[in-house]
Amino acid sequence: MVAVVIWGSLRRFTDGQGEVEVEARNFKELMEALSARYPGLKPQIERGVSLALDGRIYREAWFTEIGPDSEVVLMPYMAGG
Amino acid sequence: MALDNTGQRVFKVVGTRPPRPDGVDKVTGRALYGADMSAPGMLVAHILRSPHAHAEIVSIDTSAAEALQGVKAVVTAADFTPQEDEYLDDILVNCLARDKVLYDGHAVAAVAATSADVAKAALKLIKVEYRKLPHVTDVDAAMRPDAPIVQSGRSLETVPEGMSENVTSHCEFGHGDLEAGFAKADLIIERSFTTAATHQGYIEPHACLATMGADGKGDLWCCTQGQYNVRSICADLLGIEASQLRVTASEIGGGFGGKTTVFIEPVALALSRKSGRPVKIVMSRSEVFLATGPTVSSSTDVKIGMTKDGRITAGQAHLRYSGGAFPCGTVDMGAQAAFAAYDLEAVQTLGWNALTNRPKEAAYRAPGAPQAIYAVESVVDELCQQLGLDPLEVRLKNAARKGTKSSYGPTFDDIGLMATLEAAKAHPHYSAPLGENQGRGLSAGFWFNFGGNTCVTLNVNTDGTVGITEGNPDIGGSRAAISQMAAEELGIPYDKIRTIVADTSSLGHNDVTDGSRVTFSVGLATIKAARDAISKMCSRAAQIWGIDEEAVVWEDGAACPAGPNAGKFPPMTLAEIAAVSFNTGGPIAGHYEFNADGAGVSFGVHLVDVEVDRETGGTKVLRYTVFQDAGKAVHPSYVEGQMQGGAVQGIGWALNEEYIYGEDGRLQNPGFLDYRIPVASDLPKIDTVILEIPNPGHPYGVRGVGETPIVPPLAALSNAVSRAIGKRLHSLPMSPPRILKALSEA
Amino acid sequence: MKTIHVSTTVNGDAAEFICGPDESLLDVLRNRLGLTGAKEGCGTGDCGACSVMLDGRLVCSCLVLGAEAEGVTVDTIEGLAEGDHLHPLQQSFIDHAALQCGVCTPGILVAAKALLDRNPDPTETEVRYWLAGNLCRCTGYDKIIHAVMDAAKTMRAA
Repeated sequence: MVAVVIWGSLRRFTDGQGEVEVEARNFKELMEALSARYPGLKPQIERGVSLALDGRIYREAWFTEIGPDSEVVLMPYMAGG
Repeated sequence: MALDNTGQRVFKVVGTRPPRPDGVDKVTGRALYGADMSAPGMLVAHILRSPHAHAEIVSIDTSAAEALQGVKAVVTAADFTPQEDEYLDDILVNCLARDKVLYDGHAVAAVAATSADVAKAALKLIKVEYRKLPHVTDVDAAMRPDAPIVQSGRSLETVPEGMSENVTSHCEFGHGDLEAGFAKADLIIERSFTTAATHQGYIEPHACLATMGADGKGDLWCCTQGQYNVRSICADLLGIEASQLRVTASEIGGGFGGKTTVFIEPVALALSRKSGRPVKIVMSRSEVFLATGPTVSSSTDVKIGMTKDGRITAGQAHLRYSGGAFPCGTVDMGAQAAFAAYDLEAVQTLGWNALTNRPKEAAYRAPGAPQAIYAVESVVDELCQQLGLDPLEVRLKNAARKGTKSSYGPTFDDIGLMATLEAAKAHPHYSAPLGENQGRGLSAGFWFNFGGNTCVTLNVNTDGTVGITEGNPDIGGSRAAISQMAAEELGIPYDKIRTIVADTSSLGHNDVTDGSRVTFSVGLATIKAARDAISKMCSRAAQIWGIDEEAVVWEDGAACPAGPNAGKFPPMTLAEIAAVSFNTGGPIAGHYEFNADGAGVSFGVHLVDVEVDRETGGTKVLRYTVFQDAGKAVHPSYVEGQMQGGAVQGIGWALNEEYIYGEDGRLQNPGFLDYRIPVASDLPKIDTVILEIPNPGHPYGVRGVGETPIVPPLAALSNAVSRAIGKRLHSLPMSPPRILKALSEA
Repeated sequence: MKTIHVSTTVNGDAAEFICGPDESLLDVLRNRLGLTGAKEGCGTGDCGACSVMLDGRLVCSCLVLGAEAEGVTVDTIEGLAEGDHLHPLQQSFIDHAALQCGVCTPGILVAAKALLDRNPDPTETEVRYWLAGNLCRCTGYDKIIHAVMDAAKTMRAA
């Protein structure tokens, strides 16, 4: 199981939890597992999310591997100037 | 690709300051920018814009314009198919208003004619019947339940029920127990701030030249930060295939985020398709101000608790941003960045975006961060003032560092904030004496930096030179930096390499030049492409020598036998291998295509001294020093240039620049005379101190540089003014009338 | 509208063109003479990107009528280098990385040359005030000022 920290405004779609656990080996599986378990997250995931893995931010890479002890933080899709 | 940690790497080319490859073109007037291209038979197009802040379009009659001699095509929203995708449809509606005009200057129709005079005369013949609607331009007013609704049905599921329909999104970030944190504080300060919308202010107005035939094949020349982005959006909006549209990026006369956009390009293509002639559109400066990307305007509340000895116990920020008449996610970035410089046990940021009758926001250097960090850094400074603490010591005490759980979630890896703060503390600027009516301010700043999709092709020419093809417009010297990294990796001189920016048909997709990504991502791809070419050259040498490929290594620009066992052959240089390449298998090229991650966040600290004239309210910047972690600085002159340029844009934001709207919702200052950006005589030398904390995500340790420098000046200037006059302002810009008002309230 | 025939000298060469009575010198240079080095940043004389010399006087060519070029000399950025030999100011701008996007550079070079023609040894403050009519959004002006000061030094030594 991977413990995923989500940002505050998504808690209303995860029964108030700021950290949720899902089964996932990579970013793609993580997004799918989150969408399946918490359908309220699906619109945000479809709009775009980034994944911070042990402090490093990934924007799109589906097959970024998630280790069992990784720190996993979901973030909005990053946009810059 | 991780940092090369094979001991201390000694660079030969990276870190030097060679002349930029486009230098001669740009000092002789030869470089071609957006408006500099023409085509035989070309038409000139002009755009009709709304004179109202908010109105329903009852009807548009273009018949008289079409009948005017010399007019070859007229287009309105009716010439385009509405898009299912909301992001695309917003771009389309912004290019040409569909049912309503949403802001003063919103485009309504466009005319292509044989001359500018005819096109302008034709605009006057277009009859638009408007029904004026109530408007709102202030973000706080727009969030009130009784506010005029700019667009309906645009709120995301994240918005709590009961808010105005203008509120399109809501976000929350943070961790820890706020209440417990504030309970531990000896002093809590809560303040509200506003910042005005500002414009990127690039000197080159948007311009394009479009050619499109009845066969659906098109060519577009335009000034843009991303030709691939322009291609995909235009192809979608015109209903053609991406492969049939070739977009060539001109030299770009500044962007700063504001040219990651599409405004006139689909319009020019549609006019060209309709008329069968090339069509050029060049915006005027007032059009640039009215209808291209300002930043968000913001209204923010910040509450921070501190102990007597300067430890921050809790921080909270409520951010209300408006990105104009269309939904905008910039507040998410501001809410994540607000407290990023601090190591906090309890932190919470809440953000809302609200629609207003203003132009569609466009990115501007570190979008969303300057507004949020201005408010946070102002309150931290006031806490220091009230508790009698040194603001630099307080920041050192609370600074985020490796292992800090960031305010937006992830734990920081190697970051350079402590190093920049220490450098500021040690710098003579921090202890220099100040005179009467003078004050010193400081602020930290932060930006995420991005990677993104990137392709590079590196061709080894038979004369021993190298051509690099990359896909990101060179906005401030990137061709030089890319050539330097290739020279470093290949082991050949910098002047043997020429880097060009490809059109969309010459290379795979490249994300826009944004997020301070180019030197990092394109540089990384260039290093990888060079390594690809090197492995091919080693293989050719192995073939020539009749030994195993594995027995050949690349050293100082030449293939060499890996050791005494590999055989005794003199090194074979890149030029020697290239010269016989036709005989050994054909041309040699290296490629790399990827989606870069690991850009590495960036921190900066700015120090500024100001003097305020109590009679005029004018603020003079006396001394300015930028400290920034740049990772490895590839071309230090252009790194310094980014730091100086960003700082000066921030100074303009802090002191002068603002979008001013009248009661009628119309923009009152769409020109450089009334929207005053800093000029040379306003400024002192902008001193720079580059710190090089290697980014673990890049083989040379390169980090993005370009955006962070615009973040700290807002609070640094505000803190300096507050110390100069003994009064704190809570609104930007701190224009002379605002300073005089603050002084008169003493 | 009746057009006007104009005979003038541009960068030392005789030039003739016809233009509308309300057509700016900038439009003439760019659209009729193919000299696109001068840029239109604002069209209102606020940014200096269109700076040229008119009979030895520094002007914003967007505020001058094409017809005013009759019988006088016009010098633009395209005439600054002599053949392939860059003017010291041009070389100095490259050496000091005094440009980023480069769109303001032609105007600034023309303005800086006008300054050094009348004052070969300006102070930093004099350079900053002289160039206050030329907007640059990329550099924060620092390297530009340095490049002009350094070019002045080179030219004094020559």
